[in-house]
Amino acid sequence: MAKKLTIDGKEITARDDATIIQAAHEAGMTIPHYCYHPKLSIAGNCRMCLVELEGRPKLEISCNTPVADNMVVFTNSPKVVEGRRGVLEFLLINHPLDCPICDQAGECGLQDYYMQHGLYHSRFQEEKTHGRKVVHLGPDVVFDSERCILCTRCVRFCREVTQTNELGLFQRGDSAQIATFPGKQLDNPYAGNTVDICPVGALTSQDFRFKIRVWFLRETRSVCPGCARGCNINIHHHDGHVYRLKPRQNDEVNVTWMCDAGRFGYTSINVQRLLQPQLRQGDALQQTTWPTAIAQMVEAVQRHGGQAVGIVVAPQGTNEDSYLLARLASAVVQTTHVVLYPGMPGDEDTFLIRADKNPNTRGAQDMGLPAPATADQLTRLAQAIDQGAVKVLYAIGVDLVAAFGAETVARWATQLDCLIVQASNQLPGCEHAHVVFPSATYAERDGTFTNFQGRVQRINAAFAPRGEALPAWQIYTRLAQALGQAWSYAAAENVLQDIAEAVPAYAGLSYAKIGDLGWSFTHES
Amino acid sequence: MQALTFWQKIYLPEILRGMAVTTRHFVTNLFGQRHTVTQQYPEQPTQVSERYRGRHRLMRKEDGSPRCTSCMLCATSCPALCIHIQAGEHPDPTVEKFPIAFTIDELRCVFCGLCVEACPCDAIRMDTGIFALAAYKRDHFLYPRNLLLGDDLPTNIAEGKAPNH
Repeated sequence: MAKKLTIDGKEITARDDATIIQAAHEAGMTIPHYCYHPKLSIAGNCRMCLVELEGRPKLEISCNTPVADNMVVFTNSPKVVEGRRGVLEFLLINHPLDCPICDQAGECGLQDYYMQHGLYHSRFQEEKTHGRKVVHLGPDVVFDSERCILCTRCVRFCREVTQTNELGLFQRGDSAQIATFPGKQLDNPYAGNTVDICPVGALTSQDFRFKIRVWFLRETRSVCPGCARGCNINIHHHDGHVYRLKPRQNDEVNVTWMCDAGRFGYTSINVQRLLQPQLRQGDALQQTTWPTAIAQMVEAVQRHGGQAVGIVVAPQGTNEDSYLLARLASAVVQTTHVVLYPGMPGDEDTFLIRADKNPNTRGAQDMGLPAPATADQLTRLAQAIDQGAVKVLYAIGVDLVAAFGAETVARWATQLDCLIVQASNQLPGCEHAHVVFPSATYAERDGTFTNFQGRVQRINAAFAPRGEALPAWQIYTRLAQALGQAWSYAAAENVLQDIAEAVPAYAGLSYAKIGDLGWSFTHES
Repeated sequence: MQALTFWQKIYLPEILRGMAVTTRHFVTNLFGQRHTVTQQYPEQPTQVSERYRGRHRLMRKEDGSPRCTSCMLCATSCPALCIHIQAGEHPDPTVEKFPIAFTIDELRCVFCGLCVEACPCDAIRMDTGIFALAAYKRDHFLYPRNLLLGDDLPTNIAEGKAPNH
């Protein structure tokens, strides 16, 4: 049974168990709030979401008032506006007025609502209370008690979502403040989310603090490549530099959270990048041009024949990359020495973090690459190289040292006729390469990842690749063209059109169909 | 349009009238009262108005530390995007942050003064009266924090200043 009610003259239908604020948000209306969060329990302590109900003398908080049939709600009546202003004035009594130096400025609930609903002149003549500044609650979370409005979102997050209970609300009245329990630190693997949900500048990220003002940042929708979960994220960047990642709501995948390992994984986009195609000349790698580098590999392939080519690839590439690589390996180069190397499994938990630290292990297999290699398969490839059956090795996004050992890789540098390393970052083993192809990071290209649930999700290019780096699908296209194929793809989307025709599970898929929240083929079939 | 008369068509009377004005100025400036607007710069120093927007400088607190809190409102308001600030955590938690680096690209600057207007703590001013900057390299026009504070003197750059500042 659904309930019918009227909000601001608009008749809406709401779920039976909805509260007014939920009903309003679902109908596309906003009610100002601080302590209410759709994924946390109701606290009802900020009093900002006041609404007027017909037939009731006092204003009610919409976050904790269940909807009822024939309810008539006003969210902007003079009484509500007056009440909201009063609440805001109380919240700001002890709040320092130093927005220019506060790191939250630009994305602060107090600032925004003051401009929308407050706009009074301060009547507070007394000395504001002074609290603790720059308190390190954990490795990344910095707390400023003067700026806190005690909404307890962070406390509820640690109690309900991570269930680690590090934070509590201590003391009373003016002295009330958030703190960690004695002997505890806010160091759970999801602690960074407390900074995201803090509506004011009380919790800030040590990593992001003071790096840039938020109004310079642009947002690009993407997917975290840190593990097989594929948490939906927004990349916050300015001038080709990524400053932070923020989780994006997707109830099917990550709700509205992400882990700290994923959150701080962005640094590889900014540092230690391979920016130029390189070619070995004597002992050193020298910068070269793309045509020269491609020709070098193509000559080696033609010299030894396809079966002498080994390909070892990490499942870090998009579906588009993997599809073209699988086609390149089987139809163009014609080799059977293809190995998918997923790296060492990492930590796993029951919430978001997956042991498989690759974003696209499932998608890579859907696209025709082999299943993740066992130790045996790796050894077999190593033996093939040592016995001289494989003379050309094409390593794509793989930490060769972790996969085969430093000594082996150093030996291969002389043993192989051509060792091609394709990566976006300076990986261990890179220095032994004969040819280096710089590839674009996930923030610099379009594409799709398929997460462990079988959900195809979209990544978007936030900015152009640094230096001369190219998205992997473009490198494969250039290789195929140099090997005499008539491949031509103008964009990653064109590759997906081919996938939609060739791979049955992905039939009919397009970027429009995937949208912002992804598309799950397991649900469809 | 009205047709020109014969005298207008040959232009000569107007040319002679123009020459008369020129000659009058020439003679009065050569022998009599001088009304020349030409300044003999740089031998003769230039006076500029008190509100003239010259090269920037950074102000200090009473304790001598930079007054700037690196709020970046100047960089935000700058239409030429010539202000680059790197903020650092200040040892005093009530101060929050301070500029580790504060660089103004004086070649990009359009001297509009919006940074001065935007600054909430009067940390940047353009009242130096310095209007002539000359150097051999573009890099030298990247004025670092200590030069703007007056700690360092310009070494690779020549600065011309109005004497009334």
